[in-house]
Order: sequence, then C-alpha cells, then structure tokens
Amino acid sequence: MSLPTRKFDAVVVGAGGAGMRAALQLSEAGLKVAVLSKVFPTRSHTVAAQGGIGASLGNMGEDNWLWHMYDTIKGSDYLGDQDAIEFLCRMAPQAVYDLEHYGMPFDRNEDGTVYQRPFGGHSSNFGERPVQRSVCAADRTGHAMLHTLYQRNVRANTVFFVEWMALDLIRDASGQVLGVTAMEMETGETWIFQARATLFATGGAGRIYAASTNAFINTGDGLGMAARAGIPLEDMEFWQFHPTGVAGAGVLITEGVRGEGGYLLNKDGERFMERYAPNMKDLASRDVVARAMATEIKEGRGCGKDADYILLKLDHIGVDKIEKKLPGIREIAKKFANVDPVKDPIPVVPTCHYQMGGIPTNYHGEVVVPGNGKDNNVVPGFYAAGEVACASVHGANRLGTNSLTDLLVFGKASGDSVIRYLKENPGHKDLPADAADYTMSRLSRLDSQTGGENVFEVGAAMRRTMQAHCGVFRFPDLLTDGVKKIREISERAARTEIKDKSKTFNTARIEALELDNLIEVARSTMICADARQESRGAHDRADYPKRDDVTWLKHTLWYKDSDRLEYKAVNLKPLTAESFEPKVRSY
Amino acid sequence: MSDFDRVRWHCRRGLLELDIILTRFLESGYPRLSEAQRTVFSGLLEYADNDLWDFVSGRNSSADAAEEEVLNLLRET
Ligand SMILES: Cc1cc2nc3c(=O)[nH]c(=O)nc-3n(C[C@H](O)[C@H](O)[C@H](O)COP(=O)(O)OP(=O)(O)OC[C@H]3O[C@@H](n4cnc5c(N)ncnc54)[C@H](O)[C@@H]3O)c2cc1C
Repeated sequence: MSLPTRKFDAVVVGAGGAGMRAALQLSEAGLKVAVLSKVFPTRSHTVAAQGGIGASLGNMGEDNWLWHMYDTIKGSDYLGDQDAIEFLCRMAPQAVYDLEHYGMPFDRNEDGTVYQRPFGGHSSNFGERPVQRSVCAADRTGHAMLHTLYQRNVRANTVFFVEWMALDLIRDASGQVLGVTAMEMETGETWIFQARATLFATGGAGRIYAASTNAFINTGDGLGMAARAGIPLEDMEFWQFHPTGVAGAGVLITEGVRGEGGYLLNKDGERFMERYAPNMKDLASRDVVARAMATEIKEGRGCGKDADYILLKLDHIGVDKIEKKLPGIREIAKKFANVDPVKDPIPVVPTCHYQMGGIPTNYHGEVVVPGNGKDNNVVPGFYAAGEVACASVHGANRLGTNSLTDLLVFGKASGDSVIRYLKENPGHKDLPADAADYTMSRLSRLDSQTGGENVFEVGAAMRRTMQAHCGVFRFPDLLTDGVKKIREISERAARTEIKDKSKTFNTARIEALELDNLIEVARSTMICADARQESRGAHDRADYPKRDDVTWLKHTLWYKDSDRLEYKAVNLKPLTAESFEPKVRSY
Repeated sequence: MSDFDRVRWHCRRGLLELDIILTRFLESGYPRLSEAQRTVFSGLLEYADNDLWDFVSGRNSSADAAEEEVLNLLRET
C-alpha cells in the first residue's frame, strides 16, 4: 500500500535538547530538515532538568576536561567507552559557548563569566575535592535550553511537525535507513517521511516502571522503532534510580530534604540507614540509600497496607526551616502524597530516573551494529543522540549534569556526521515498494482487534512487574520469574484492542502505539538484567554483589528477535589521553 | 471531532507534576467547567511548563481574573 510522502534531506525524530541541537546544525548548513515531535518542542521532557550542564569551563577555579573525563569514567563504573567520554568532556565547554552565543540566559558571576555550581560526583584532580562544574539558568536550565534552541531553529528554517508521532523506521533490503512512517495526531493520517538521513532523539523510556520521575511522554518510541527494525539495544539493564520519589506519583523529593536533617523510617519506626551506612546514614550516596530501601521493602519492613514504601520524616526540622530551606516541598508533598510534611512523614520509594542504555552509536552519533566479525558497523543513514542513544558515555551509571552535556555534544556531532554523509551520498534512494506495509499492518491489526487486551491494564501489569522484579536491587528468583512474566505481558501487548476508532486526536490509539514501544524496552531490560551476573553501577544483584571485570567488562546487545543477546567490548582506549584502568569505585 | 481528546493530549507535558495534576483535573474538574472556562483552560495549557507549574503550585498567580478562577480549581486538585 502506498502512502502520501514528504521528502527531506534529513528527518529528526524528537524535539528535546538533543533533537533540536542536531536539527540546528543541519538547518544552519542549509539542508532541508524536518523535526517531528509528539508534543510542542518546548514541552519535551528536557524542560524538567534543573541541575545544570556539566562542562569544565574552570570559571570558579581550576578545572580541565581530563578531570571531567576521569569523573565520568569512574561514575560509569568503567563501562563507558573512553573514546566517547574523552570526546564528550573535550567538547563540553564549546557546547556551552555555542549555547551562550545563541542567547541562553546562563547565571553569571560578578566578573561576567558563566557561574558554575557544584554537583555530586564531579571533582578536581582525579577525585581530590569537589569542583564547581555545572552551568545553569537558575532552576530552569532545561527550560531555557529548549527555548533558546527552538528560537534559533525557527530562525534557521527548520520545519517542525508538531503532534506527529513517528511509528516505524523504513529500511531497505541492504539495511540502509530511508526515513520513517509517522501519524499526524490531528487527522489520524499516516505519512512517509522519506529522508537521506534519519536521526532519532526521542528521549528516555522511564515510564516502563511504576515509580518513575519521567513525564508521561517518555515511552521509548525510538527504542521500540529501532528494535522492531532489527537494530539491537545496548546496556538496557542499566537504569538510574533516585531514592526519594513520592510513592505512587514518582515526583522527585530533592536530596536537600535529607541534607537538612530529614531521615528514612521503616514500618517499625526504625531509622534503618544507621544499619546500612553507620557514618553517612541517610546522606550516603544515591545508590546506597536506594538499595537499603529496596532491601527493607523486600524483607517485609515496608510501610502501608502493602508494605511497599518507606517514610521520609522531616516534621522535626520545623515549619520555619522547611518553608525557608526547602521551598516547594510542602506543596509537592500535599499535592502528590496527600500529607503535610510539617506534621506527617512523606511516603517515598526508589524511583526510576534515567536510562543509561539505548541505541548503540559511536561518538559521531552514527548508529553501529555488529556484523562481519566487527563490533561496530555503521548503519547507513541512521543516527541517534540524547537519552535514546548509548554512545556510551554514561556506562553503568550517569553523573548528574552529564545528560544535558550529552544532548548538546552528541546532538551537534550527529548533525555534523549527517552533513558529511549527505555530501558523499547525494540524492534520494528509491523507497522499497513495501516501505509502509509493516506500519499499516500494525495499525490495521490494532483497529480490527476484537476480544483483545485493555491498553491501560497491560501497561499497568508491565509497570508493576518491572518495579517488583527488576527494580533498584535485583534478586535472582525475582528476575527469573520476571522474565517469564514480562514475556507473557508482551504477548498480551500484541493483542491490544481499542474501542474508539476515530481518527482525530485518538489518544487511545496513540497510547496503544506507545505501549508497543514501552513493552520492547521493558522486555529488553528484564532479559539483560537477568543475564548480567555481576553488580556494576546501577545494576545491583543480591546474588552477585561484586563487579566482575574478567567476565563482564562488556556491553550487552539485545535483539528483539527471540530476545537474543550478544556482547561487545568496552572501548578502554581514549582518543588522545591515557587509558583509565578499572579500579574499585569508592567515594 | 473530539475537542476533549485534543485537550487531553495537550495535558501531556514535559513536567511530571503537571501530567499528574492535569490528568486528575480532566477527570474531576474539567467535566464541570462552563464552555467559557474550558476555553480559558485550553489557553492555560499554552503556557510554558514551568510557568504553568508556578501558577498551579501557588508560587505565582495570573493577572487575568478568568485565568485565576480556573487556576484556583486546578490548585484544589
Ligand atoms: C526530573 C528530572 C531532572 C533532570 N535534571 C537533569 C539535570 O539537571 N542535568 C542533566 O544533565 N540531566 C537531567 N535529567 C536528565 C535529562 O533531563 C534527560 O536525559 C534529557 O533531557 C533527555 O533529552 P532528549 O533530548 O534526549 O529527550 P527529550 O527531552 O525527552 O525529548 C524527546 C523528544 O522526542 C519526541 N518524541 C518521542 N517519541 C516520539 C515519536 N514517536 N514521534 C515523534 N516525536 C517523538 C518528544 O516529543 C520530544 O520532543 C533530569 C531528568 C529528570 C526526569
């Protein structure tokens, strides 16, 4: 079946920080660029980022990219690729200057230089002492970044397709990527976006978990599309959890609450962190606290009728101090936990925050897959950047502020790669006759399904299963059981049914299509986590509590096709610096 | 065409805080709004996420009386 077709030099799917940075590079080079987004660009999830952008500008004291590189590699628990990490850290200052040049309203020092704030995990002189490396725009860094990039793209004539949902990748028999199919939400019509180069910047998939800090749009569409097109997903077992998301809602409670003296209690009213971290107690690092909470819940000492959350007590801090030092916390607790923290503790759980894995790329933003005896063969015409991609700079654990850096550096780098590729490969290749068949068969399956599954119920089952079986702390029996369960839920997801078949803004259809993507992410996560028999960074296994560099210093690659796993080497060879050999990670 | 579905999609935001509040409001408050209030609500959805959250969380208020009226309903959500 043939569909109406639009032709562009490049199609970028996603208008968050990564997608808009890439699009800008392309449009300013004079290319004809389309950017597709499910929501208005400045409503992309990047808007939630407050902490800042990591870059070794050295405005607050001595700093350099090599120290940033060391912190990033150590933070990644040595799973990050050192060529990509060197590239990230070397390019970060220029990425910030570019943004400044575009008009980003950074906070400034009295001497006019850009101000930098401290952030966990960033140090000077290879771990010696904390360094101020994060540039920000008050507590609205992501917001300011999106607005700045959007304005600049409009000026450069980037064509935005807002409220368009990309559905599938188009590949020809040789594997070359020739564009995407996409649905216009307003009309329900499906189009082909034919492109000489296709760039995915669709962000993360944190909504696979019941407890998530991510907005509802983070459904891993790019990952689902790639997986369905035969592209493997890399390191999907690695998800960063934040210790204190409001139970049942996910909204973040800042670490500042514990900094000001708040602490965690189990159902017996015990301040259990004293047992797990006698010195640092509730101020131990994120992963330590999250793991302790998960253990308390698993061993039946959680609170509430289902014993499934922990209490964060702060009433003893006093109303005045809460109001003054922790603005907004009372509002958030009242709105999302239905408690006034001045009187009652806040129910919290370790909450999914960031996806370290994704579509495998090199540091040029080119998508790479194994084949012909080589780990990294470029897929012609296909690029990825931002949270959807795995370059891999975050390895097994991301440092705070390094994601925004990633968006800017790899957004630009992937744009530059596309420009080079288009110069060498002029003209459009013909689309295969069946370019849209797969998409159309998925859509007609969904429209004609009878006696099928309810989208919300299948999604809820997926989120519960991921939370219970593949959370912050992973137990062998739960993982084995989880693999079985998530496969069953996958089968249910293949039979979803929608009652509303209308065309215009049919949110039921959109959510069913999003579930198709989420379920691939969930299954890959469970399978990869079950297979990796060690603890590294964010992947913590009760039965294998130690990192095992002899067997597991390697990236996982998951293929949708029968849940096949392959592994590839970690690149320990930086571009110019000396290699950082794996060491025990202690702070 | 279903205006409700369009509004519902516009309640998909970049901030989780808003996703949750707006989804709750669509179920509880929105059905009881007058036509005029619905138009105001759609207008509120055009604000940038952080500005809308400042309104909804009570950190800021709108100078427009009609907007304040709908915002007050949102604040109770
Ligand atoms: C609460 C919170 C705070 C954070 N704070 C920080 C911080 O301070 N510093 C930091 O470095 N990181 C932070 N992070 C992480 C960081 O914000 C994200 O990793 C980053 O913003 C992701 O950007 P992105 O461009 O990859 O994707 P997003 O900003 O998520 O954009 C994805 C885009 O893809 C589009 N899209 C998705 N699917 C489709 C489809 N099928 N069709 C069409 N379009 C599609 C969406 O509409 C959107 O435009 C934070 C995360 C959270 C949750």
